[in-house]
Amino acid sequence: MNDHIVWIVLFPLFGAVVCALAGAWSKKICYPVSVLSMIASVWASVRTLIQAIESPAHEVSYILGGWTLDLFPRGVGIEFRADLLGALITLVVTGVGLIVTLYSKVPVQRETPGKEPLYYGLFLLQIAGLAGIALTGDAFNLYVLIEVAALTGYGLIALGSNRAAAATFNYIILGTIGASLYLLGVGYLYLKTGTLNMVGIREVIESQNMYDSPAMQVAFVLVLLGILIKMAFFPFHAWLPNAYCHAPTTSSCLLAPLVTKVMIYVMIRMVLTVFGVEFSFESTCWTEVLPWLVVLAIVCAAVMALAQREIKKMLAYLIVAEVGYMVGGVWIYNYYGLIGSIFHVISDACMTLCLFLGAGIILEKCRTTHFDGLRGLFARMPLTMIGFFVGGFSIIGLPPTCGFFSKWYLITGGMVSERWEYMVTLMFSTMVMVVLFFRLIERIHLAVDESGKNLGKGHGDLGLTNEQTRFDEAPLSMLIPLLIAASIVIIVGVYNQEVVDQIEVFLRAYDLPTGVSYK
Amino acid sequence: MFEDASIFNQLLVERLNYFIYVVLLLIGLWAMIAKNNLIKKLIGMSIFQTAIILFYVSIGVKEGATIPIYLPEHDPHGTHLSSESNGSILVQSPQVLDASHVTGYTNPLPHVLMLTAIVVGVATLGLALSVCLRIYRAYGTAEEDELLEKLEREDARSSTGANRQRSRRISPARKKPVAAQSNRTESFEKRKTDRPKPKRSTRSGVRNLKAEPSPKTEKKSEKGQNKPTGRPRKPRRPREDKPR
Repeated sequence: MNDHIVWIVLFPLFGAVVCALAGAWSKKICYPVSVLSMIASVWASVRTLIQAIESPAHEVSYILGGWTLDLFPRGVGIEFRADLLGALITLVVTGVGLIVTLYSKVPVQRETPGKEPLYYGLFLLQIAGLAGIALTGDAFNLYVLIEVAALTGYGLIALGSNRAAAATFNYIILGTIGASLYLLGVGYLYLKTGTLNMVGIREVIESQNMYDSPAMQVAFVLVLLGILIKMAFFPFHAWLPNAYCHAPTTSSCLLAPLVTKVMIYVMIRMVLTVFGVEFSFESTCWTEVLPWLVVLAIVCAAVMALAQREIKKMLAYLIVAEVGYMVGGVWIYNYYGLIGSIFHVISDACMTLCLFLGAGIILEKCRTTHFDGLRGLFARMPLTMIGFFVGGFSIIGLPPTCGFFSKWYLITGGMVSERWEYMVTLMFSTMVMVVLFFRLIERIHLAVDESGKNLGKGHGDLGLTNEQTRFDEAPLSMLIPLLIAASIVIIVGVYNQEVVDQIEVFLRAYDLPTGVSYK
Repeated sequence: MFEDASIFNQLLVERLNYFIYVVLLLIGLWAMIAKNNLIKKLIGMSIFQTAIILFYVSIGVKEGATIPIYLPEHDPHGTHLSSESNGSILVQSPQVLDASHVTGYTNPLPHVLMLTAIVVGVATLGLALSVCLRIYRAYGTAEEDELLEKLEREDARSSTGANRQRSRRISPARKKPVAAQSNRTESFEKRKTDRPKPKRSTRSGVRNLKAEPSPKTEKKSEKGQNKPTGRPRKPRRPREDKPR
């Protein structure tokens, strides 16, 4: 019974087809169909994770079409392979997908009226693509799934305002460059190794000792460059802020937590599984260069986030900074850094989800996410604001939330490998995030006018009329997913040891240094 | 072997196909980054993807090899279904060839991969063109510099009067779905009439007109900036009380 792993992708895929076709008959069935297919998909990914934990090799494998893996360059057919990392990321993808699907009822009806069937079709295809990226064990299949996720993502963003369409065009150009460079890199890999199976490629590299082969170096640079563009790493981030800021609410809630994180997963997969630790870290010079680029990325993104006056745009720049964290965690080449990086992928997905759901509710109720429109919002929507700030505290890294623990591992990694520049940058950006969020808290809790002057007299008086502070909470279909997301942030934080245990089991198969690794 | 001009020989004789694909790749990349017209960017994107397809196709080719369909001496036609002497039909599965026989065939896999890549490329191009169409309808231009100018103006407007801008943008969508359809075409018509008349559309084709309309667009931009700052007073009042 290994076929749960395929159902993870098939449920949303079939759901998308049903939505798009049956939607012509009745628009009302789209929402229930999407929710049902996502519940089924989450169930399948939970089963897969349990199977992966219980199996002795800690992985679940399924070969599509009944081909065989027995030949030497491993793999003729396409393999779906979930080791612990893949299974964890898949669960994150489907879980976030389910929460956003639940949340989508009100905003989708408001923002894309009359197009619900096609919207849900794209939405489910996006989740299928992202889950497929996390599961596939075939380098070319990965390219196809990246493009499936990207194409549906362009569609989901372009459904927003006209401004969103203009932002989508940039995204299409840069996304296509990224994916094409990846494809080119895979071409070189295939040229040298004769297989497309990820594990097979590494077996060939190790058995034929291809560490110094120029073609492999070119392949590595192309693949990495493509992935870095796709994940909006700092110099290539230009497509992200506008696209996520102007996209429809539900689209940004789905894309912002998942797309960049899944691409970081792809980078980790490429580094560890495809090229192997020795090739990626020892025979290239990326470990010397990339951490400094990461420093630049985090500082610039944090400063740009500080300059924003709109919540969604600020969050978009925060994502760019977080991408810097995770890339740095991988390239400081350290056991703890990688634990931190993988754990941060999981926790960042949760907390970004939380923040974007909260921002979506603010947009829905106030019709703006500009800082000036937030006055006294806590009195109106206390539950929403609590959910939103749990996400914010997690980004800052306050202890009960999961953001604290992932940042802890990242900083530990920076310390034991003596990459002080990375560690100091993490500290700096934490400070910036404190400023960002406490500035928001001030505006949301108190009545501050546009020049920053406090209007209230203190002692509970906010300087607002009763009308302005009347309890006016978001609709339940939006509030409950937000609160679920907020509680997941805290639960993952409290049970962080269980998650980290699984990550450690995964990383133990690779030979990673636990001390200073470069000189 | 190549004592004199060996680099030249390597590039243009030995590895001509790789040389061509790199040149095409760079042409595509340059067009995507440096061209001003959105459609030209997309043409660059197509060239870029085609260059990669050529690369894959050329790595699958073998000199003197044939297409990957069984040659008669390896698995002659008809042996899949060969009738025995007693009248029953024996079904044979395809044979696995020896390594020595395989060398006579080209590798089918890169070509098959490229079928998928072509499909992906077509989908990307179609989507990008439809996004282009939408941009043209909304902003009346397919030139990047004009588009950026308009976008900057729009962003500046929305950041000074976020409340007003947002609510205006969202309100049409709140209407009933049936209304939304006609609403969209209506606003499209309106935008069409708003657009400065004939020059804009011929602009991308006729280069020397470019110098002329630029003062016009500047004048328009002034107007556009004045509009929101001068006019907003009226609609602002009632809206400000509404969301609270």
